[in-house]
Amino acid sequence: MSESSEQKIVFEGVSKFYGEILGVNKVNLLVAPGITSLVGPNGSGKTTLMNLMTGLIRPTRGRISILGTRPDQPEKLFRKVGYCSQYDSFPKGLTGFELVRSMLAVHGFHRKEAEPLTWKAIERVGLTDAAHRKVAAYSKGMRQRIRLAQAIAHRPSVMILDEPLNGLDPVARAETMRLFRQLAEEGLHLIVSSHILHEVDTMSDRVILLNNGYVVAEGEIHGVRNEMEEHPMQILIRCDRPSTLASRVFEQDSVVEAKLHKDRRGLFVKTRDADSFYLLLNRIVTEGHINVESVAPVDDDLNAVYQYLIGSRGEDQ
Amino acid sequence: MSSSADAQFVEHASDKLPWSLWMRQIAAILRLEVKKNFLGRRAILIYLLALAPVLLMAAMAATAGGEISRHSGLAIIIFANIFEGFILRTVVFFGCAWIFMNLFRGEVVDKSLHYYFLAPVRREVLVTGKYLSGLLTSIFLFAGSTVGALFFFYLALGQSANSNYTFNGLGLGHSVSYISITVLACVGYGAVFLVVGLFFRNPMIPAIIIYGWEFINFLLPPVLKKISIIHYLRSLSPVPIPEGPYALIAEPTPAWLSVPGLLILTSLVIVIASLQIRRMEIKYGGE
Repeated sequence: MSESSEQKIVFEGVSKFYGEILGVNKVNLLVAPGITSLVGPNGSGKTTLMNLMTGLIRPTRGRISILGTRPDQPEKLFRKVGYCSQYDSFPKGLTGFELVRSMLAVHGFHRKEAEPLTWKAIERVGLTDAAHRKVAAYSKGMRQRIRLAQAIAHRPSVMILDEPLNGLDPVARAETMRLFRQLAEEGLHLIVSSHILHEVDTMSDRVILLNNGYVVAEGEIHGVRNEMEEHPMQILIRCDRPSTLASRVFEQDSVVEAKLHKDRRGLFVKTRDADSFYLLLNRIVTEGHINVESVAPVDDDLNAVYQYLIGSRGEDQ
Repeated sequence: MSSSADAQFVEHASDKLPWSLWMRQIAAILRLEVKKNFLGRRAILIYLLALAPVLLMAAMAATAGGEISRHSGLAIIIFANIFEGFILRTVVFFGCAWIFMNLFRGEVVDKSLHYYFLAPVRREVLVTGKYLSGLLTSIFLFAGSTVGALFFFYLALGQSANSNYTFNGLGLGHSVSYISITVLACVGYGAVFLVVGLFFRNPMIPAIIIYGWEFINFLLPPVLKKISIIHYLRSLSPVPIPEGPYALIAEPTPAWLSVPGLLILTSLVIVIASLQIRRMEIKYGGE
C-alpha cells in the first residue's frame, strides 16, 4: 500500500449484497482529510457504506482500508476511528458521563486518563450540565450529542457520523457544524451522512452522491456541478435592461436559454460554458449600455446537483 | 488529535501480546456486564430461579423438620436427589441458559452490541469478558442458592445430628462437593449457552433440545452419555443416585478426568464462540 493511501480511506471495487438485495455496488473511493458528505435518498447505501468502513458488516467483494487498516481488525481500527451511528439505543442505566467513560475503559484507558478525556468530549458537545443525568432521560438531541461525545472521546483520526445533525435544534446544529469544521481543520477525516442538503453544502469539502447503491458523483461540489455538461449552468443577472442583455447573450453558442425574471429586473441565462459567459458579460458591462447590480449562479449548489443526478429534491428525502 | 490519546498504547507496539491492555479491557467489560446481569430487567427471572431451592428447603425444614432429623440417612439421599433433579437440572440449567444466551443475543435485541463492536477490543477479549461476567453472576446466584438450600437442610437435621453430620461425618465434604459441582455446572452450561446464543436467532429451541438430551442421559449408551454435561457432574456427586430401572449403566468418570474434561470442553466452546463472533455482522434490522 502506498504512503498516500495510508493517509486515506480507500474503497476498491467494494460491493455489499444482503442476500439478493443490493447494498452498494462497485464502489471505488479515495477519501482525503476534511469533511466528506455522503448524500443520497433513503436506501441509497449511505449507512451501508459507513457500516462497511467500521467493520460492522463485511463486503461481499472488494477491499477497504482506513488509513492503512482493514475494518476486520477492530483492535487496530478503533484506535483511529470513532463512529457515531444512527442506532438510538444505549447500555441501560448509565449516565452520559458513565457511558463515555465506561466505553473509554473498554478501549483500555486507565480511569485517571479516561476521566479528563470524558469531560473534554462532553464539553465539546455542550452536555456538561447534563453529564450526570441518565441517558434514558435525555432528549433526542441530547442522545445524539452524547453519541457524538462517545465517538470523539478517544481522539480518533477518522470520524464517521451517520446523520449526526438529526434531532438537534438550530443552535445545536450550528454548534455541531462548527465543531466538525474545527475537527476537519485539525486534520481529521470526517465522513458525514446527511439529507439536509444546504447544511451539507455549507460544511462539506466534498460530497459523495449515492443512488440505489451506486456512487453517482464524487468530489468538490462546484467541480461536480461543472462536469455536468448535460445540465447547463443557470445564472441570474440583476440589471436595468434585461431585454437588451438577452439579445446580446446569444452571441455565444454555449448560451442555450435566456429568460426574463418575473419582476423584469433580471435575466436567467442557461449556459454550457460559464467561464466564457462571464467574459462576455464583462465585455457587455464595460460597453456601458447596461448597469449590472449582481450576478449569481442559481443552480451551482448541492441541491441542484442532487436534483439533476438523483431526480428529486434533497430535502424531501 | 490522536497522538496524546494513543500514547499509552505505544508500549504495546513492541509487546508480543498486550496482556495488561487485555486485562484492563476485560475488567471494563466485566464491570459493565455484571451490573447489567444483576440490575437489568432480565435479572428478575434468575433471582426467582435462584430463590426457588432455598424456599423449597426452607419449606421442607418448616414442615418436615422432625422427620428429616429422625431419618438423617434418608434425608441425605433426598437432598442429593433434590440437588441433581432440581438444582442442577432445572435451576442451574435454565438460569445459565438465560444468563449466557442473553450475553450477546440480548444485546442484539436491545440494539446495543455495536458499542462493543466499535471499540478497539479483540473479539476474543470481548467473548472472554462477557463469559466471565456470566460466570460471576451465575456462580454468585446459584452457588449461593446451593449454600442457602444446604443451610435449611442442616437446619432441619437438628442441632446434634447437624453437628455430627457436619463435623464428625461427611457433611462438610458433601457441602463442598455440592458447591463445587454447582460452580462446574455454571462453567460448562455457561460455555454451551454462550455459543448457542451466538449461533441461533431463537436460542430457546436449541436450549430445549439440550435440556431433552441431558434429561434422557440415563437412557443413552455409555459413549453417548459422555457427550453431555450432566454425566460429568453426576460423576462428581458425593451421594450416588440410582438412575432407575431403565437406565443403561455407565461407569462414572473419575474426578481427575471429569473436571479437566469439563474445563477443556469449556475452552473449546469459547474458542468456537470467538471464531463465530469474529465473523459476526451487526444487522439489527434483520433481527
